[in-house]
Amino acid sequence: MIDRRLVTNFDWTLIGLVSIICLMGIMNIYSASAAYKLVGAPYYIKQINWMVFGLLISLVVASLDYHILEDFAYWFYCVLIILLIAVLLIGKTSLGATRWLNLGLFTIQPSELVKIGIIITFARFFNNYHTVEGLTVKDMLFPLGILAVPALLIMKQPDLGTAILVVLIALSMAFYVGFRWSTIVAFVLVTLPLAWFTWAVYMKPYQKSRVLNFLDPDRSRLGSGYHIIQSKIAVGSGGFFGKGYVQGTQSQLRFLPEQHTDFAFSVFAEEWGFAGTLILIILYLCLILWGLNIARRCNDRLGGLLAVGVTAMLFWHTVINIGMVIGLFPVVGVPLPFFSYGGTSMITSMVGVGILQSISMRRFMF
Amino acid sequence: MIKTQRYVRELEQPRRRTILLAFAVAVLFGVLLLRLWYLQVIKVDEYRAMSENNRLRFLPVTASRGALMDRNGVVLVNNRPAFSLTIIPQEVEDIEKTLDRLASLLKLDRVELGEKWQKAKGRARYYPVVVAVNLSREQVEIVEENRLRLPGVEVAMKPVRQYAFKTSAAHLLGYIGEISDKELEQPDYADFNPGDYVGKNGIEKAWEQELHGADGGRQLEVDSRGRVLRVLSESSPTVGNSLVLTIDQRLQQISEQAFGSQAGAAVVMNVTNGEILAFASNPVFDPALFAGRIPPDVWKGYLEDKRRPLENKALTGQYPPGSTYKIITALAGLEAGVINEHTTVQCGGDYEMGKSKFRCWKSSGHGAVNLRKSLKESCDVYYYWLGEKIGVDRIAAMAERFHLGKELGIGLQYEKKGLIPTMAWKLKRFSKKWLPGETLPVAIGQGYVLMTPLQMASMISTVANEGTIYRPHLVKRVVDQDGKTIREFAPEALGSTGISSALFKKIKQGLFAVVNETAGTGGSARLWDYKVAGKTGTSQVVKLGEDRKKALKYEHRDHGLFVAFAPYDKPEIAVAVVVEHGGGGGAVAAPIAGRILRGYFDLQKPPAATPPSAETPVRETEAVEQPLESSRPPQPSTPHERGDNRD
Repeated sequence: MIDRRLVTNFDWTLIGLVSIICLMGIMNIYSASAAYKLVGAPYYIKQINWMVFGLLISLVVASLDYHILEDFAYWFYCVLIILLIAVLLIGKTSLGATRWLNLGLFTIQPSELVKIGIIITFARFFNNYHTVEGLTVKDMLFPLGILAVPALLIMKQPDLGTAILVVLIALSMAFYVGFRWSTIVAFVLVTLPLAWFTWAVYMKPYQKSRVLNFLDPDRSRLGSGYHIIQSKIAVGSGGFFGKGYVQGTQSQLRFLPEQHTDFAFSVFAEEWGFAGTLILIILYLCLILWGLNIARRCNDRLGGLLAVGVTAMLFWHTVINIGMVIGLFPVVGVPLPFFSYGGTSMITSMVGVGILQSISMRRFMF
Repeated sequence: MIKTQRYVRELEQPRRRTILLAFAVAVLFGVLLLRLWYLQVIKVDEYRAMSENNRLRFLPVTASRGALMDRNGVVLVNNRPAFSLTIIPQEVEDIEKTLDRLASLLKLDRVELGEKWQKAKGRARYYPVVVAVNLSREQVEIVEENRLRLPGVEVAMKPVRQYAFKTSAAHLLGYIGEISDKELEQPDYADFNPGDYVGKNGIEKAWEQELHGADGGRQLEVDSRGRVLRVLSESSPTVGNSLVLTIDQRLQQISEQAFGSQAGAAVVMNVTNGEILAFASNPVFDPALFAGRIPPDVWKGYLEDKRRPLENKALTGQYPPGSTYKIITALAGLEAGVINEHTTVQCGGDYEMGKSKFRCWKSSGHGAVNLRKSLKESCDVYYYWLGEKIGVDRIAAMAERFHLGKELGIGLQYEKKGLIPTMAWKLKRFSKKWLPGETLPVAIGQGYVLMTPLQMASMISTVANEGTIYRPHLVKRVVDQDGKTIREFAPEALGSTGISSALFKKIKQGLFAVVNETAGTGGSARLWDYKVAGKTGTSQVVKLGEDRKKALKYEHRDHGLFVAFAPYDKPEIAVAVVVEHGGGGGAVAAPIAGRILRGYFDLQKPPAATPPSAETPVRETEAVEQPLESSRPPQPSTPHERGDNRD
């Protein structure tokens, strides 16, 4: 039933890299939540479950020929838009943002699905859109429209972090297809005033204050700037060799916010030092370069596009999360794939891995 | 062949671009590594020192909220210290156990404690979370005794609002409550924290920025066991500023009590500057209850009372002004030159227009009616005739000159605009043409016309001062905690009607007759020592046939209205009274206005000689059976005489 070639071509490098990062993440979550007093299963146990579940999902996705994604790309897109609108109308609100949708049996976060959705939609569009000289501004109008609808709906929730990610993933894929220089210039000329407008008109006070706190953390030592300062203290005090596993004072005394989720990297950096972060970053680098390699050696335009999209998703998550906790970017609430605690992020990332695996396994078939 | 080449290029180009992407990825990761190198290797000593000293704790000190005082400096709202129960998340070992213990020791609701705690999740860990307010002395003692068993639990002192006159002026003053999630997102509240108390209504809300002050606090460094090592920084709270209102508390209470159990509103305004002396809405509610959790039965009672105690009727109640609006119609007629004081109309009890018949309130008719008599006896036929002559738009133009149909800008939330109908308005609102027959009810203040009690007071005040519309205001001064004036508010004229004084005089003569002459509809507002001028009004809530005066359901009964000013020769104050579903204005609203005016003049002077005995006014219309204030000698009517409050 299963083609033998699929088994022989199974991409062990991909699964290996992902598994190593996941295991390091679980080990780190154990330390990060060691100070918590919890009811129910500890976070690291739950994360092990998520990892196993995620790997299974990735295998299921990998077993499917990724070409079927092309067939229902636009349907999937439409369903996502409906879900996003539903979230705004009847979604569950927590901490001032409406992101969840209750489907009776379980709740879903449609904005998370959009990351995969935009990859598939863009892949389908560019697969049938041939260009050799590079994309013109006119070529970009339709894809930008497709992108703008979900991005704006997600911003409305408001979930700035996810909206930015979706845009970055889509633009990375368009870059892979190729731009003309004139397109890039036009893009810059439009984006800068738009960014100014967003700042001046659209952004809510708390979002502005996050950006301002990022630019000058001392502005509000006790407010939201607190997170950045405490995170930097954690990372910096780790030194070259770190304070030792479960020995980080910042994390064990719980000065860090969200330390098992968005700020998990800070805990790791404090306890394992530069030596540890170097290894972890190299692992991520390998994973992402491997993703690009899958795209490169794929003999099929659709596969290349999908692989670049998934890789871009993992890449931007990684860069933004680490950049955030070490004070390079504002705090936007983006998890570190495979490393931060959380089922949603794990499932989304593992679906991506499944797509990569599917492409990688079938590289000789096309 | 060419096609194949193109295909290969299409495949090869992106392939080469993956190499480019790989470089970009490597560069960005390089930046991350450089930054990590900088933080972890170059700056390690600095951050290590910071992490070792990093045992910060913050003890907030809530700023005391500014007081509200009346025009004579009598404190209306102030603070009293109250104890609240706080928990420092960082210090708690087992939160569930701690909350269980607190609930059983202090007899508090366990669920509520849990909810409060949940709400504060996600905030800085050294910042105390308030889980209960208004602890009693005994509860505070119990916490202190059990300190060792309750790590992380602290008793904090937080000022709580105290209302010196209980429910008096509740609508005007407003109340405070915990800041909502929605408010936290608004730019006005950018500096506020969850758990802060802010004004939710009335003056408390409108003047939040002035009253709130700035919270202070101490940032402490503690060792790993929580002992204080040193105070890193300290900022003392800035007490909020206080407000001196234009209200006279004694007059406010007189106004409220004058209503008895009836629902309604009264606005008393200084005609020379727009200061509001009393702003009453009845029934009242207890603002103190809103700071905590309102007892459900009380809340239910407020909601189910058909007199709607939570509503500030003086500000948000919109009523057809009824016959008080005849002042506007008459002025429009005078200004247009359609009538003068001698113009006479025959009233036979009704007025025919086309096929319709419009009735006068007096079915037997008023006979020959001139302007003075039309006001005095409130003849409807006179105004039906006048309304038909001048048309709805000229009436509306006159109302507009009085700033009716728009906000006066008193500076409180939810101020209502009322409604002054015009032909254009109807076309826009209903997409239908104005029918001539619709003008007639408008001429007597029925139909579409709506006004708030505040607007009625402003209207009669403008008549009294013969043309100046002042912005009604409630705050005289902002003072700091030592009573030093920070800002003072000068009267502000919104405009002038541009009507000659002579025309106003003609109207005023009619208004004088309403109160002081035989057959005047407002006799029950008469005072023995001061000349009062006014106008009654009865606004229909439902139109019915002959039996409309008989026992109707409460919600369907007429509103009684009365607007007045005094003294007639040199006006000082204007009063507007609306009694919801009370019946005729002369019977229910005029006596209340009389009592308020009586109160005002009594407060102006120290207790004086007894009045002349003879004066017993004759009342014929809409007779009122209850004894009138006007027949009594002046007495100090409130216990706290504070001397002359004339400005």
